[in-house]
Amino acid sequence: MRNRLLSRSITGGVAVAMLLALAACSSDDDPGNSGDTVRIGIKFDQPGLGYKDGDTYTGFDVDVATYVAGKLGYSPDQIEFVESPSKQRETMLQNDQVDMIFATYSITDERKELVSFAGPYFVAGQDLLVAADDDSITGPDTLDGKNLCSVTGSTSASRIKEEYSTGTNLLEQPGYSECVTALTSSTAGTVDAVTTDDIILAGLAALPANKGKVKVVGNVFSQENYGVGLPKGSDQCQAVTDAINEMIADGSWQKALDDNVSASGYVPNAELNPPTPAACG
Amino acid sequence: MDGDYLERYRSLFDQFDVVAAFWVNIQLTLAAGLIALVLGTALAVMRISPAPSLRWAGSTYVTLVRNTPLTVIIVFCVLGLWGQLGITFSDDFNRNFFWLAVLGLAVYHAAFVCEALRSGVNTVPVGQAEAARAIGLGFVASARLVILPQAFRGAVAPLGNVLIALVKNSTVAAAGSVAEASGLMAEMIEFRPDVILAIFFTFAFGFVLLVVPIGLATTSLSRRWTVAR
Repeated sequence: MRNRLLSRSITGGVAVAMLLALAACSSDDDPGNSGDTVRIGIKFDQPGLGYKDGDTYTGFDVDVATYVAGKLGYSPDQIEFVESPSKQRETMLQNDQVDMIFATYSITDERKELVSFAGPYFVAGQDLLVAADDDSITGPDTLDGKNLCSVTGSTSASRIKEEYSTGTNLLEQPGYSECVTALTSSTAGTVDAVTTDDIILAGLAALPANKGKVKVVGNVFSQENYGVGLPKGSDQCQAVTDAINEMIADGSWQKALDDNVSASGYVPNAELNPPTPAACG
Repeated sequence: MDGDYLERYRSLFDQFDVVAAFWVNIQLTLAAGLIALVLGTALAVMRISPAPSLRWAGSTYVTLVRNTPLTVIIVFCVLGLWGQLGITFSDDFNRNFFWLAVLGLAVYHAAFVCEALRSGVNTVPVGQAEAARAIGLGFVASARLVILPQAFRGAVAPLGNVLIALVKNSTVAAAGSVAEASGLMAEMIEFRPDVILAIFFTFAFGFVLLVVPIGLATTSLSRRWTVAR
C-alpha cells in the first residue's frame, strides 16, 4: 500500500514537472514568434557596456541598441535583452535565438563567414588597466617582468601570448571581474595590469568599488571594430547603419559614451571615433 | 559539409597544439591523483580510528571540502593563496599555477578518495578486525596489515570512479590559469567559430579516449583483486 502511494506521488510529481517544463518552453517561444518584439543579444556582465542590474540593463551597448531599435520602430518596452556570451554569439544568430547582437562584437573575417555585420559603431583597442598610483606601465613596451591578467581564451590573452610574451607573465581568469579583483586586492607584485579592450576596462574602472583605485593607461595596441551582429544575409544592415549614422550625428552617441564609461576619465581614441560605419554589402 | 570543411578542420591542428593541452590534463590528473590518494587514505584512517577527535576532524574535512564547488577551491587557490597570501610553489610563473591547481584538485578529490576507501572498509567483515585485535595488534598495525589491504581491494571500482571524475575535473584548472584542454577549446572557439561543432567533438572524443581505458582497467582489476569470502 505504502509503495503504491509512493509510486503514485512520484508519477504525479513527474507529470507536474513535465507540465511546468512545457509551460516554460511555450512562454519562451511566444515573443519570438509574435514579431512585436526584437530580441537583442548583449553582455550581462560588463559594467559600462552591457550590464544587467536587477531587472534593468545599462551600458553603452544597451544605449546604442535601444537607439537603433527605436529607429527600426521598436519602443524600449518591445526590446527583449538576451545574454550573449562571447563564445555563443555566432551560434545564437545562426539559430535565430536573437535578432541582433550588440555585445563588444569585433568585426573579423572569420566571423563574417558566419554572420553579417553593420557598423562599426565604436572602435576600441586593446589597452591596459593598472593601479591608480602605478606610473611604471605606460604601454605594451613597458611590460617586461610584469604580471598581466586577461580572460581565458580571449583575443586579448592570445595577443599578449603571441606578441608580448617574452618577459611578460599572463594570468588567465574566467572573467574580467576576477582580474580586477586580483589587481586591486592583491599584495604587491601579483598582478600589475589587466588587459583587454579599452572601453571594457573603462567600464570596470568606472564601477564605484574601483573608483580611484585603477586607471586606464590609454595607449592602445590593437584596433577592434565593434559591429552589430546580424544573421547572415540579413536585410536589416542598411537600416541599422543609417540608425548608427543618425545617432552619431545628433549627439546621442557621445552622450551614451559620456553617461556610461567616462566617469573614470577615459577618453576613446579620437582619431578613430566616432567611426564611419562601413557600407553594407 | 564537404572537403572544404574537412580542410578547415585539419588546419586547426596546425594552428593549435591540442595534444600538448591534453598532456597537461594528464599531468594534472597524475600529480593530483597521487596526492589525493595519500591524503584520502590518511583521512579514511582518521575516520575509522578509535580516537573521537580524529574521527571528528576527518568527517569535518570531508563534509566541508566535498560540498564546496571545485571551481571555488581552484579560484581560492589562485586569488586567495597566491594573490592575497603570496604563496608560490615554483619560480616559474605558469608552473606555479599548475601546482596551485594540483593542490586544489588533490584537496578536493581526497575527500572522495576517503569516502571510496571507507566503502571498501565496509566490505571487510567485523570478524577480521576482531581477530586482528585478538592476536594483539594495535589500531595502526591492524589497519595497515589487515583492514586497509582488504579495503583497497574492495574499493578499486569506486576509486576508479574518483579517478575518472578527476580526469574530467582537471579541466576546471582553466579557472586557475593553467593552459589545459578546456582553455584551449575556449580559445579555438573564439578564433575559429566556423568549425565549432568539430572542435567540440574533438575534445569530447579526447576525453573519452582518456577515460574509457581507466574504466576498463578498474573493472577488470576489481574483478581480479576481489576478496573471495
